[in-house]
Amino acid sequence: MHTSVIVTELTVLVLAIFVGVEVISKVPTMLHTPLMSGTNAIHGIVIVGAIVVAGLPDQTTWVRVVALTAVALGTMNVVGGFVVTDRMLGMFKQRRKPSAELPAGGDGSVDAARSERKAAPAPTERS
Amino acid sequence: MSRSDAIALAYLATIIAFILALRFLSSPVHAPLGNRIGALGMAIAIAATFAQPHLHHKLSILIVMIVSAPIGAYAARAVKMTAMPQMVALFNGVGGGAAALVALADFHHVAPEPGRIKTDVAISIMLSALIGGVSFAGSLVAFAKLQELIRGRPIVYPGQKIVNAVLLAALLALAIVVIVGPQRNALVIALVCGALLFGVLFVLPIGGADMPVVISLLNACTGLAAAATGFVLHNNVLIVSGMLVGASGTLLTLLMGRAMNRSLANVLFGAFGQVTAGPAGAAADADGASVRSTSADDVAVMLAYAKKVVVVPGYGLAVAQAQHDVRALADLLEQRGVEVTYAIHPVAGRMPGHMNVLLAEANVPYPQLKEMDEANPEFSRTDVALVIGANDVVNPDARNNATSPIYGMPILNVDQAQAVVVLKRSMNPGFAGIDNPLFLNPKTVMLFGDAKASVEKLAGGVKNL
Repeated sequence: MHTSVIVTELTVLVLAIFVGVEVISKVPTMLHTPLMSGTNAIHGIVIVGAIVVAGLPDQTTWVRVVALTAVALGTMNVVGGFVVTDRMLGMFKQRRKPSAELPAGGDGSVDAARSERKAAPAPTERS
Repeated sequence: MSRSDAIALAYLATIIAFILALRFLSSPVHAPLGNRIGALGMAIAIAATFAQPHLHHKLSILIVMIVSAPIGAYAARAVKMTAMPQMVALFNGVGGGAAALVALADFHHVAPEPGRIKTDVAISIMLSALIGGVSFAGSLVAFAKLQELIRGRPIVYPGQKIVNAVLLAALLALAIVVIVGPQRNALVIALVCGALLFGVLFVLPIGGADMPVVISLLNACTGLAAAATGFVLHNNVLIVSGMLVGASGTLLTLLMGRAMNRSLANVLFGAFGQVTAGPAGAAADADGASVRSTSADDVAVMLAYAKKVVVVPGYGLAVAQAQHDVRALADLLEQRGVEVTYAIHPVAGRMPGHMNVLLAEANVPYPQLKEMDEANPEFSRTDVALVIGANDVVNPDARNNATSPIYGMPILNVDQAQAVVVLKRSMNPGFAGIDNPLFLNPKTVMLFGDAKASVEKLAGGVKNL
């Protein structure tokens, strides 16, 4: 007996939910921001879908443009997500190290260069 | 073993890497390693995708990736820790947009032959387009609100809920039409445009103080959109990763709701904080109690001669970028033998755990950061509670006043400390627009001004003693 693909996929989906809830409920409140940016990076996996669609043969120009835009967005999502999470996690220390500056690592697809915080548009919201 | 089996196994390795990455987040010690394992997993997945036998146009895909990667990396490195909520919202939107575009492109690719799309695939395409579009537009609005490009307060108009409900119903109807009826490109484009509009309208009425909930909800949405894409392309790694994110976002959303004692529906549809409540500058209430304003030097003396000081940070600290100054002040106090800890409310700031990241950036060791349950019993033994830019999370009305909109929300019981010092920009009500009786408490003194400037003055005062 062969189950159809959709049933297998639903099984996988449901198991993933349980694994997700199990793993994430162990994350302390302190790390919820890195958790969000980490999961942000993980949903960048949609880049795999973008690559597959961008790589389909016999596309129209329209499909090609849309799919390549998706590839671009996915890449930014993945690279930015992992880099920013790495930066953030590097700051959590058990003891104070005088003048400890964060050595930021890279992710798989882009090379890691040391860097320092630069001026970025700051929020000007008032409470 | 065939090539497709090898690719499937590579995807399995990716799934394992992602689960480990989340698992390692249970402790700050291992978390950085976990994140790198996750990044490695992502690299494996991308490489495996390139190894697929029928993949065309590899060069153009690669060029697009090489061009866009540094943009993401630059943004991630340049962003200030105080701007992290915006950054997360932005990356979240970008991911959701990618999912919607994948759905759009895939539909257009297969659509020329009507009837060729199987029902399950069609449903998945619609879900991916719909959720991805909502997530993209909603995240951008959240970004704009947090970046103050548009007003953070709820934007409401009469009949708003009805408009939103009608729009959502229309979108669902349209999706069903595409699934069972004519599978036309134009309909799918209309669906995506409608989803974008809904995303905008859906987030506009939600106030800035509820952003932690919205961001984690949108995070869950993007995860679900990615999982739906996995059903379209029959790809397990997308299904599992998307669902891990979906579970995480949902869990965080519920957690935030619980921390505010409000239902998700109330957060999303309540337009909380639209009340431009009460006379903003009300310095005296009916009992004749009044706000006592004080000078930095007086507070410096209070702090320097205290045994135990608890710092309660809120979003005002982030806005003023005062985290480094707070740490410098704490250092000075510790040199004088004062015990300093930090009490962190789960919804302080604009995203879950926001304050922890800021204080970690300022080199505060994380064992000094106390969660609410741990911090509250300590307040009765605390000499001075130093509230910096926090408001609603220390509002005793949440405990005492059944008519308050935030009644029932667990708060930090700073009013149990011997003395309370509130650093605040002005008497304007906080983001939720609710009066705070803590400010009228006889134990409380207010130090008005920018949080950063005030903390600098306090440090100067302590130094001169």
